[in-house]
Amino acid sequence: MNDDRIPTLAVWKFASCDGCQLTLLDCEDELLGLAERVRISHFLEMSGAEGSGEGEAATLAGVGPYDLSLVEGSVTTAEDAQRIRRIRQISRRLVTIGACATAGGVQALRNFADVAQFRAAVYAHPEYIATLATSTPISAHVPVDFELRGCPIDRRQLLEVITAYLAERKPNISAHSVCFECKVRGTTCITVAHGTPCLGPVTHAGCGAICPAYDRGCYGCFGPSNSLNLESMVRQLKHDGMNDQDVMRVFRTFNAASPEYAALPTLTGQDAAAEEEAR
Amino acid sequence: MSAPMAPAADDAVIGREGLAALVDVLRARGFTVIGPTVRGGAIVLDELESAESLPYGWGVELEAGQYRLRERADGAAFANAAGPQSWKTFLHPARVRQWRAERSDGQLTFETDDTPPPRFAFLGVRPCDLRAIAIQDRVLATGRHADPVYQGRRSGAFLVSVECTEPGATCFCVSMGTGPAAGPGYDLVLTELADEGGHRFWIRSGSPEGAEVLAELPGRIADDAIREAAREGVSAAADRMGRAMPSVDLHRLMAGTLEAPRWDDVASRCLTCGNCTMVCPTCFCTTTEDVTDLTGDHAERWRLWDSCFDLDHSYLHGGPVRPSSRSRYRQWLTHKLGTWYDQFGSSGCVGCGRCIVWCPVAIDITEEAAALHDWANRPADNGAAPE
Ligand code: SF4
Ligand code: SF4
Ligand code: SF4
Ligand code: SF4
Repeated sequence: MNDDRIPTLAVWKFASCDGCQLTLLDCEDELLGLAERVRISHFLEMSGAEGSGEGEAATLAGVGPYDLSLVEGSVTTAEDAQRIRRIRQISRRLVTIGACATAGGVQALRNFADVAQFRAAVYAHPEYIATLATSTPISAHVPVDFELRGCPIDRRQLLEVITAYLAERKPNISAHSVCFECKVRGTTCITVAHGTPCLGPVTHAGCGAICPAYDRGCYGCFGPSNSLNLESMVRQLKHDGMNDQDVMRVFRTFNAASPEYAALPTLTGQDAAAEEEAR
Repeated sequence: MSAPMAPAADDAVIGREGLAALVDVLRARGFTVIGPTVRGGAIVLDELESAESLPYGWGVELEAGQYRLRERADGAAFANAAGPQSWKTFLHPARVRQWRAERSDGQLTFETDDTPPPRFAFLGVRPCDLRAIAIQDRVLATGRHADPVYQGRRSGAFLVSVECTEPGATCFCVSMGTGPAAGPGYDLVLTELADEGGHRFWIRSGSPEGAEVLAELPGRIADDAIREAAREGVSAAADRMGRAMPSVDLHRLMAGTLEAPRWDDVASRCLTCGNCTMVCPTCFCTTTEDVTDLTGDHAERWRLWDSCFDLDHSYLHGGPVRPSSRSRYRQWLTHKLGTWYDQFGSSGCVGCGRCIVWCPVAIDITEEAAALHDWANRPADNGAAPE
């Protein structure tokens, strides 16, 4: 096989837990086939790839150019903000993987609080910590070709994105609700049959509706669907026994900073409560 | 009740052992028997290996957005209205592979799936669902766009209908003219009786194959007493409908209310989650997905259930035609109750109530239609200033 014609793949890490990158290593059965189709040129999680033995600059920004860059994690430092620009420059296609890269991740909770306070509470020497006040998705910094959802991402969906890239077609990734997947799977709706609060109706499909299949309400780890009615969902969650704070908490997890959830404080009366406190 | 009945009998009475024999006879004839059974807090449809799995002693309490199982003292198997699935799960499956393609040495070969379709016997087809199957037949089994997957599964199917004696609070078949007595289309039909007289079923055949099966069942000849008791049970059910569709020309109502403010009202509640269409026994929309493997040498086309509530369902070049939830709910309702008549000559709704029960936010098709009707009949605006 002519090695030159094999597309190159790079995997990048920003602020994240590495879980989404591990999903790639988790593709055990497909990994060999994948390695025949793409040259994995930069992947720190996997040793032996280019960059791992080289200088600092190559390790952090790679040398490129790469045909496909998968980016995990959010931007939380000034250096990260620089590095993602460089990565964009050396990548033909850039795909973000997971809630951190796509929405800022759970670390975006800082966006709603005072990061200096966190820093002082957590670190013995807060003066050594250089961090931005916010955790932002990759798309806030550079143009992104595709965003793959989930915390962590789904293995089949990752393979689909890479396969679609190789075939030069659009990935088959639906942006509708998790409810579609419950129905295809034959899961009886747990909201209707058991009264369990479930975020499925406003949550982006992709996981295969795992949680409801195990009698647990969806908690939105794939983030907002492409058509959500937050106000009606909040009303329903409260009808199913959640209070305003519960509702706020369940949305403020992996995709806390999703702009689609911006109306939450108003819908749950939490902004009024905060105002009251401030007075 | 023991010896098989004379083949000539076209109606009979069977007991629980007769029902057990029915499942066994159908299985022995090579059918995959699908029927109601309790799983995950609901009465779902699944393969029955024996009649033991039927939901004996289980009823349901239905409301908009709510479904609860309730135990019943009478041990009845069919005293429960429509559950979370319909028969389209089997006749028009959620995922179907339509073809495969292989590429080798620059040659493409296409292969369609020619595995013979399963032969289903459906036990417990409610009158509303019997009509729903007839409606899907009209859409999927006939005409220029007949679907071979549906045709294959449908043509060999054996339908055992069960009339309704215990309608749910969300049922409105009477106002849609589809129940609670069974219309045509069944191979066998049962009416269940569970009272002082014991647990028994009045059974009739509706086809030659149904008559053959009936002749193999242990039971006794029917008499007028049982016929009358069964008919009474069904007509009493007609008086206990939980809901009703407004008795107006629905086709006209839909066409005349396209600008009603009610659409904004329902849009403020609708989550566009798609549950209503997927539980509806007549909704048939699908989308296709082409998948390839990593090598690109193997491709498959899959067909999947789709819904008019999905934003991408109306996606054309440049964007979706129905971007708002208002336009999508309106599309659903006006198709179901209005333009379905233009397309297929009947209503697209049979009054099963599933979309009401399985809507997480309790949107009720009968209530929406009634609100539109009220709006259409609002006192004429004569231009006078309000007092
Ligand atoms: S369990 Fe949740 S995700 Fe599944 S259909 Fe019900 S509301 Fe939707
Ligand atoms: S059901 Fe919801 S919370 Fe569970 S894996 Fe899927 S998207 Fe995440
Ligand atoms: S529209 Fe609703 S009530 Fe009518 S057939 Fe469909 S699911 Fe049943
Ligand atoms: S009417 Fe109900 S079930 Fe249908 S899409 Fe809207 S919220 Fe979902």
